[in-house]
Amino acid sequence: MATAESPVRTLVAPAELQRPLGRLLYRTVLTFVFVSFTAAFVFPLFWMASGALKSSAELAEPVPHLLPQSFHPESYTEAWSSTGLGRYFLNTLLLAAGALLLQLVVDVAAAYALSKLRPVLGNIVLAMMLATLMLPVSALLVPTYLTVVDVPLIHVNLINTPFAIWLPACANAFNIFVLKRFFDQIPEEMIDAARIDGAGPLRILASVVLPLSRPVLGVVSIFAVVGVWKDFLWPMLTLPDPKGQPLTVALATLSLDMPANQLLAGMVMASVPLLVIFLVFQKNIMAGLTAGSLKG
Amino acid sequence: MKVDTPRASRQGPGVAAPSVPPRPLGAPLPRRDRLRRRIADNLVAYAFLVLGILAFALFSWYPIVRGFLLSFQQVNFAAPAEWVGLDNFQRLLDDPLFLTAWRNTLWFTLLALVFGFAAPFVTAVVLNELRHGRAYLRMTVYLPVMLPPIVTVLLWRWFYDPGPGLFNNVLKIFHLPPQQWLESSNLSMLSLVIVSTWANMGTTTLIYLAALGGIPGELYEAAQLDGASIRQRLWHVTIPQMRFILLITLLLQVIGTMQVFVEPFVLTGGGPSDATITVLLLLYRYAFVYSDFGLASAMSTVLFVVLGAFAGLYLRLTRTKG
Repeated sequence: MATAESPVRTLVAPAELQRPLGRLLYRTVLTFVFVSFTAAFVFPLFWMASGALKSSAELAEPVPHLLPQSFHPESYTEAWSSTGLGRYFLNTLLLAAGALLLQLVVDVAAAYALSKLRPVLGNIVLAMMLATLMLPVSALLVPTYLTVVDVPLIHVNLINTPFAIWLPACANAFNIFVLKRFFDQIPEEMIDAARIDGAGPLRILASVVLPLSRPVLGVVSIFAVVGVWKDFLWPMLTLPDPKGQPLTVALATLSLDMPANQLLAGMVMASVPLLVIFLVFQKNIMAGLTAGSLKG
Repeated sequence: MKVDTPRASRQGPGVAAPSVPPRPLGAPLPRRDRLRRRIADNLVAYAFLVLGILAFALFSWYPIVRGFLLSFQQVNFAAPAEWVGLDNFQRLLDDPLFLTAWRNTLWFTLLALVFGFAAPFVTAVVLNELRHGRAYLRMTVYLPVMLPPIVTVLLWRWFYDPGPGLFNNVLKIFHLPPQQWLESSNLSMLSLVIVSTWANMGTTTLIYLAALGGIPGELYEAAQLDGASIRQRLWHVTIPQMRFILLITLLLQVIGTMQVFVEPFVLTGGGPSDATITVLLLLYRYAFVYSDFGLASAMSTVLFVVLGAFAGLYLRLTRTKG
């Protein structure tokens, strides 16, 4: 309620909201914002999910109905099995899970070494890693692609293997930055105490650092999964064989040949996991958002 | 600070010198042992670090150097690369699409700023004043950010459809003429900007909201005591307080929008008649349609320099502030 004692003072004074005109204006703006936000940001999602339930004939009708006149949930199952989106969905899942696992192992170990073990030249390594945060990803598209085609030193071609997604994902400066900053806040005394009790660096990481780092591990994990799940251009280039492609790439290539309702069903499939992740982990996501942008 | 003697006995068996006679606790280690332990500690630390270094070296540092070198080479998979000097850059300038792509990209960036810069700020200022439904409104504005970009553009392609598309249907209700959203060279770029703004404004809005929450309430109270109206308070308190974060997001947004790819790639393919071909779309064509990796790398280098200037500015600003 627009009570006289609002906890935080903002642009408009509480007293101004109490006046009759102020109250009227507030109500009008509030209603307008509610309606326009729902129309602009929620309605398109509703339209997508309900469009998938309509028959092809209804979808092609010149004047659409707000609620589906026909009810065909089978377009979801058809899109999943006969069009084969199920397999692409599982591919996405595999790519995301592998990237998550590898990123956690590689980046946590690296950030731990940089924060707590502090080797010689560690600061230079850290600076070089963080410098890549500033680089435009797209300017590295071609050389990174050529690197994946023929990995230096070992001369392996990663095209059409999930490693083409997983390995480059580990070179993630955002992860290093966020993890190291969190590890830095763990008091040195706790580490020393564990050391005096005879724990080695790996043991200290496993039983002191990681249990304290659950929030930051959550942020890193969410961003890792979401990043791979949303990605389109990189998997399109490195996974040309349809068998291994993620859902995003498959939707783009199949979009012109699929019945509209099945395409919409596929789009819902590609979105729902991310929307669920968002609704469950809203707080962590917003925390990561401000960590990555404000304090960068 | 890490020199505490009891640890010496806990080094691995291969590290601690076996024949050293027992020393009194707390006495400094002989210099050789100290050196040896520092080496051992560093080896352990680098063992933790090595995979990270490898990942960055292979997929970040090496490509940076290689991309730069490639722009002076002629590359194809059949023959070894050949040095060609500035040939690739000359060919870029000779391609009429190069200038078109830059002009389109700058036009897109400018339009995206007009919408994408103003819209989140206005939204954030209004949301910050509302006392009802805050959680719901914050959630809804961020929903599009969570969608995979490919879903966003496919969804909008359906809305823009000149036949059964939602937008032309809505126009029909208001007795307005249907529009060629993606097919007309006048409108297509604007249509792309609308999609991109819709998809991305949630992030910026939430960043602004966080910054607005950090403005001390006393400033508003003081301004009000001095007789400042709401508009004057917005102009003389809110905007000056937000100046830094506005500048930062402006730079980040320029860097982001200049790399636009998915929207034109899926919605227009660069058309109609190259009206929406962007730098990244042309780069993609050079590399992955014509397999001319040297030319594409030259394009990357140009993009790198342009965006690097903005990134350098961003770094300077955040450094001086922090």
